[in-house]
Amino acid sequence: MIRTPLRPLARILDARAKGENPDAIERENIRIRHEQMRDRARMRAEGRLLVLGVMFFCAFALIGGRMGVLASTEPSEPRSSVAGAQILAQRADIVDRKGRILATNFETHSLYAQPPQMIDPERAVNELMRIFPDLDRERLTRDLTGKRKFLWVKKKLSPEQKQAVHDIGEPGLLFGPREMRLYPNGRLAAHVMGGASFGREGVHAAEVIGVAGVEKTFDERLRDPAHGHEPLRLSLDLSVQAATERVLHGGMKLMNAKGATAILMEVKTGEILAIASLPDFDPNDRPRPAVEGNPSDSPLFNRAVQGVYELGSTFKIFAVAQALELGLIKPSTMIDTKGPLRWGKHRIRDFRDYGSEMTATKVIVKSSNIGTARIAQMIGAERQQDFLKKLGFFEPTPVEMVEGQGGQPLLPSRWSELSTMTISYGHGLSATPMHLAAAYATLANGGRKVTPSLLRQPAAQLGPRVMSEQTARASMTMLRQVVSEGTASFGEVEGYAVAGKTGTADKPKERGGGYYEDKVIATFASAFPAHDPQYVLVVTLDEPVETSGEEPARTAGWTAVPVAAEIIRRVAPLLGLRPQIEPGELAGITLTSN
Amino acid sequence: MRSLFYVLTALAVIGLAFWAYRENYRTQAALTKAGQLQHEIARNRQRLRVLNAEWAYLNRPERLMELAELNFDKLGLLPLQPYQFGRIDQVAYPPEDDLLPILNPIDVSGMEAEQP
Repeated sequence: MIRTPLRPLARILDARAKGENPDAIERENIRIRHEQMRDRARMRAEGRLLVLGVMFFCAFALIGGRMGVLASTEPSEPRSSVAGAQILAQRADIVDRKGRILATNFETHSLYAQPPQMIDPERAVNELMRIFPDLDRERLTRDLTGKRKFLWVKKKLSPEQKQAVHDIGEPGLLFGPREMRLYPNGRLAAHVMGGASFGREGVHAAEVIGVAGVEKTFDERLRDPAHGHEPLRLSLDLSVQAATERVLHGGMKLMNAKGATAILMEVKTGEILAIASLPDFDPNDRPRPAVEGNPSDSPLFNRAVQGVYELGSTFKIFAVAQALELGLIKPSTMIDTKGPLRWGKHRIRDFRDYGSEMTATKVIVKSSNIGTARIAQMIGAERQQDFLKKLGFFEPTPVEMVEGQGGQPLLPSRWSELSTMTISYGHGLSATPMHLAAAYATLANGGRKVTPSLLRQPAAQLGPRVMSEQTARASMTMLRQVVSEGTASFGEVEGYAVAGKTGTADKPKERGGGYYEDKVIATFASAFPAHDPQYVLVVTLDEPVETSGEEPARTAGWTAVPVAAEIIRRVAPLLGLRPQIEPGELAGITLTSN
Repeated sequence: MRSLFYVLTALAVIGLAFWAYRENYRTQAALTKAGQLQHEIARNRQRLRVLNAEWAYLNRPERLMELAELNFDKLGLLPLQPYQFGRIDQVAYPPEDDLLPILNPIDVSGMEAEQP
C-alpha cells in the first residue's frame, strides 16, 4: 500500500502560490488518515465480535440440540460398557443353608384380551371356557363383547394352556411375558416362605412382590437388581426341615392334635434349622386369609412365631435357674412342697401330691408347681421381671419374618406376687414357642443370650451374659434328669442325651372366664446332647389327646415328648451328630490353685 | 518443499479419514456382537434357572420319599438311623496274607547263602 504523503509537494506549492496556509493541507490529510485508521479498527473489531458470536451460537446450539436429542429419544442400555455378572434383573432366589433352592423364578405368560381387535368374541369365549373351566362365562362374554378396550383373562398360563389359546387363532387374545415365583418344594417350610404375588402389572412385565414370611421381610433385598444374581441364603436345612415336618405331621395325627409346631435351633449361632407349623399350605397357591373365625385355625397362621400361648411348666427352669444364679438355692436345697399352697382365694396345686418337701432338682424333675412358686416367692416380682426381660420374653422375637412382629407376648397388667408365682410355672405370661426356643438356647449356650435368626450366620453369637456358666450347666443337668428319670421319660433317645422340660397348660377360653378342662397346649422344650448342648428343639401340640391307654392322656409327657424324641431320632443323624456315650457324673473335684 | 508438505498433509488426512471410517464400522460390529452375546447370556441364564428349578422340583423331599417307598423292594432305603454311624476302629484291617506264597525265593545277597 502506498502511503499518501501528508504534505504532497504539488498541493503545497499550489497553496503557497495562492497564499493559503499549507499546514491546513497537512491537518486535512492527517484527519483523513485517522479516519481511515478508525474505520479499519472498527472493521476488525466487528469481525472479531462476529466470530465470537458465531462461536457462542454454535456452542449453545450444540448443547441445546444435544439436550433436545437426549430428551426426545428412547432410553437405551449402554452397550459398550462392561456388563456385570447380572444381566437378567430378576427377583433373587432363596436357598437353604446348603444352597438347595427354596424359591426361584419361572418364566411364564399371562393372557390378556383386546376386545376391539377381536373377530369372533362368541367363539373365543366358548374356546376359552373349554381351556379354563374356572372362568366365569357370563362375565367373560360381557367383557369381551362390551365396550372394554383391555382386560386380563389369566395371570399365569402353563405352556400347554398357552398353546391351546394360541390355537384358537383369535387376534384379540394376546400374551405378555410374566415372571412367576415358584416354590419347588411345595408345602415345605411354607410359613417361612410366605408367598408372592404380582404388584404393579404391565403388558410386558409385572412386579413380583412378597406377601408374607421372608419374602416380605427381605422384599427390597430380593428385588434389588444389584443383588439379583446372589441368592438369599437361609439357615434352614431342607432335609432336616422335611424330616421334622414329616414326623411332626405323623405325631399330630397320632396325638389327635389340631395343630402342631416344632422349632429346631442351633445353640451357638442361633440359626433356625427347621421351623414347622401345622396345618400348613402351599405357597405356590397361597390361600386367602380367613376373614372370620379364629385366625389361629387358618393354615396361614404360623404357630411358631404368632401363636402366643401359656407355655406351662417349661417356664419352671427359669425360676430355678435364676434362684441358682442369685445364690438363693442350690440343686440340693430342700423346698417346701406341702400343698395346696393358698394365696388369697387362689390355690396352687400339683398334678400329684409329692410329699411335704423335696430338693430343687426334684422340683424340676417332678414338675412341682408349689415348689416353683415357693422359689419364685424367694426371687420376688422385680427380679423375676428383670430376668425374663433379659431372656427376651417382653418383646416379639427378632426372627426375620413379618409375622414375628405379631407374636407380642402377653404380660400381666399388674405384676403382683400371685403373678410372680403363677408365671414361675408358666401361667399368666403367654409367649410364642420361638421365645421359648430362644430362652432354652440361652440356657444351653452357657448363659449367653441367643438371638434366633433365619439367615445363615457366619459365626457363633456372643450375646450378653444372662447367667453364669455354672448356673447354665446346673440347669442343663436338672433338665437332663427330667428326661432320664422324670416327666419326660419318653424323650430318651439313645446316644443323644436329651435334656428338656415338659409343659402342659390348660387352654384359656377365648371369651375369657377361666380355662378349658379338656383342652391343653402340650410343650416339650429340649436341648441335646445334654453334656455339650448343640441343638434346641421345641415341640408344641395344640389340643392333643393320647387315646391308646384306658384313660385319655393329655399331658406333654405322653403327647409332645414322644413326638420330639422321634424328631430327634430322625434329625440328629441328618445333622451329622454321632450318638455318644454320655460322660458320667464327675466327682466333685474343683480346680484350685495351690 | 512447500508443495511436498501440502501433498503429505493431504495424504495424511485421507489416510486418517479412512482409518476413522474403518474403526467406526469395526466398533459398530463389536457393539452388535456384544449385544448379541449379552442376549445369549441372558437367555442361557434364564434356561439355567429353569433347569435349576426343575432339578429342585424333581429332588423335592416329598417326591424322593415317595420314590424310596415305591422302590423299597429294589433299594430298601430307610431313614438314616443313629446306629448307622460307624467308627474307624470298627473297620477290620484287611487280612495281610492275600499275596500268593513265594515258592521259589531268589537269593539277592550271596553273603548269607550257604555255600554248596
